[in-house]
Amino acid sequence: MTDKLMTEEEVVGRLRSGMTIAIGGWASRRKPMSIVRAMVRSDLTDLVIVTHGGPDLGLLCAAGKVRKAVYAFVSLDTIPLEPHFRAARQAGAIEDEPLDEGLFHLGLQAAAWRLPFLPSRAGLGSDLLRDNGRLRTFTSPIAGPDGEVEELVAMPAFRLDASICHLNRADRRGNAMFLGPDLYWDDLMLQAAPSGGRFISAERIVETDGLRDEGCIHQMRISRMMVDGVVPAPGGAHFTQCEPDYPRDEAAQGAYAASARSPEAWAAFRAEWIDIPEAAYQRKVREGA
Amino acid sequence: MSPHVTRAEVCVVAVAECFRGDGELLANPIGTIPMIGGRLARATFEPDLAMTDGEATLIANDRAVVPPDQRVIEYWNPYRSMFDWVWSGRRHVMMGASQVDRYGNQNLAAIGDYARPKVQLLGYRGAPGNTINNPTSYWVPNHSPKVFVEKVDTVTGIGWDRAAALGQGARYVAVRRVVSNLGSFDFETPDRRMRLRSVHPGVRVDDVVAATGFELAVPADVPESRLPTPEELELIREVIDPEAARERELPDPG
Repeated sequence: MTDKLMTEEEVVGRLRSGMTIAIGGWASRRKPMSIVRAMVRSDLTDLVIVTHGGPDLGLLCAAGKVRKAVYAFVSLDTIPLEPHFRAARQAGAIEDEPLDEGLFHLGLQAAAWRLPFLPSRAGLGSDLLRDNGRLRTFTSPIAGPDGEVEELVAMPAFRLDASICHLNRADRRGNAMFLGPDLYWDDLMLQAAPSGGRFISAERIVETDGLRDEGCIHQMRISRMMVDGVVPAPGGAHFTQCEPDYPRDEAAQGAYAASARSPEAWAAFRAEWIDIPEAAYQRKVREGA
Repeated sequence: MSPHVTRAEVCVVAVAECFRGDGELLANPIGTIPMIGGRLARATFEPDLAMTDGEATLIANDRAVVPPDQRVIEYWNPYRSMFDWVWSGRRHVMMGASQVDRYGNQNLAAIGDYARPKVQLLGYRGAPGNTINNPTSYWVPNHSPKVFVEKVDTVTGIGWDRAAALGQGARYVAVRRVVSNLGSFDFETPDRRMRLRSVHPGVRVDDVVAATGFELAVPADVPESRLPTPEELELIREVIDPEAARERELPDPG
C-alpha cells in the first residue's frame, strides 16, 4: 500500500520552472494556499497557471512566478477584482490566455479523456477567438439535433504538468472528500494531469475506514487513482473559504489585497505572511483570531 | 409604507419584466437589483422560474438573500451544473456590463487594448458561452457614455450584429433587454439596434440620449417605466429585500 503523505516543500520539490500547473478551488474558495505559499518561497519561475483564479494566481503574480495565466475570471469574491493579477496584467508582466468558463471545463475534460479537443459553440462571434490563439473553429462533420451543419469551436485539451487542490478530508493513500457546497473542478483537474504530478492538501487526514463517517458517499469524489501526493494541511486554504471547516478570513484577505498598493506594502506583507514556515503562519492565524 | 417609489424599486420592476414569458427555466440575474427583480417576477407573474441562491443550490425562497439554514432547496446546482442549463438553452442570464454597445455587445474583460489593458477587469467569465447559447439581458446601474459606448473594447458577450454575421451558428442568440438606472432598452428594431423602451419616472428622454455614447433608436413616444403595483411594492419591501440592499446599490436621486 502506497503512503502518499508529504509536505508542502516536497510537493514544490517535484515541480519545475516552466511547468503548466492547474490550481483547484474557485476564486477565493478552497484554494491550496499552503502549497501556493511554498511555491512563492521557492525558486520556481516561468510558470503557466491554469485556474478559476483567485489569490492563488494573484500571489504567484506578485511574486513574479507567472509567465502566463490561463483563466476565465480572476476574483476574490468579496473583492470583485484581484488586485495583484490586475497589476501584473496592466504592467504587461504576464502573458494572457483567456477562456470562457465552459471552455475551461471542456479543456480539462478533454485532457482527462486523452482527447485532442472537445467541441462547443462558446466563443463564436466573440473576441475570445482573437485573444486566445489556441482556439480553432471547424465545420462539424455531423449535423446538429435540428439538422443544421455548423461551425463549432474546438477547445484544445490542456497540457498540464501538475495539478494542486485542497480538500476537506483525505486518507494517506489519496482518497479525498469535499464537504462544502461545491467540488468545483478539482476532480477533473486531478484527472487532467499526468501521473506523478497530482497533489492534494487536506484539512484533516483520516483512516480510510473513517472517511464515510465524515460526510456522505456523494462527497467521496477524489479517488487515490487521481492522486500522487497528500499534504496534511489544517488551515491550508486560509485565508480563502473552506466550508464547513472555516469561512473566508475577510480581514486577512483585505490585508492581502491592500498589499497590492505599492512594492513596499507587498514586501511587508510577504515578510509577515509568506516568508515564514507554514506552522508559524497557522500559529499567527490562530493567535490573531 | 412610504408612497414614494424609489428609482431602485422602478429598476426592480423593469428587471422583473425582462423575465415575463420565460415560463419554466433558470432565471439567473447576477447582482443585487437583478436578483431582487428576478425574485419579484417569480413571486408574481412567472411562478415557474427556477432561481439560484447565488451559489450551489436552486432555492424556492422569495427573499433575495437567504441565510443557508433557511434556504428551501429544490436542486443541488454546483457551478459545473450551470453549463447544463446554459448549453441546453434553459436559462435566461442577466449579466453586468462594463461596456455595452448599440447591438448589445458586452465587455467584461478589459478596458483599452486587450493585449496590454489600461484596466484589467474580471475576464471573459462565461459571457461567450452564455450569449451564444441562452437568452441574455444586462443590468447597468451607472448609465453613462463610458458604459454605453460606440464600440466595446473587447467583445465578451456577443450582440446582434455579431450574431447576424455568424448566421446559423448563432441561432440561439437572444439579447433581450438592457435595464439601466435611467431606463429600459430592447432590440426590437429592424436592424436590431438598441431602442429606448421606457424612461424611468423623473428621467427625460434627452437625459438618456446625453448619457449614451451611440445613437439610440428613440420612438416618437417613449413611455415611462411602469411603477410597482401596491402588491409588488409590499413584496419588494417586506419579503424580498427587507434590508433595502437595492437602495445601497442604487441610491434614490430624490
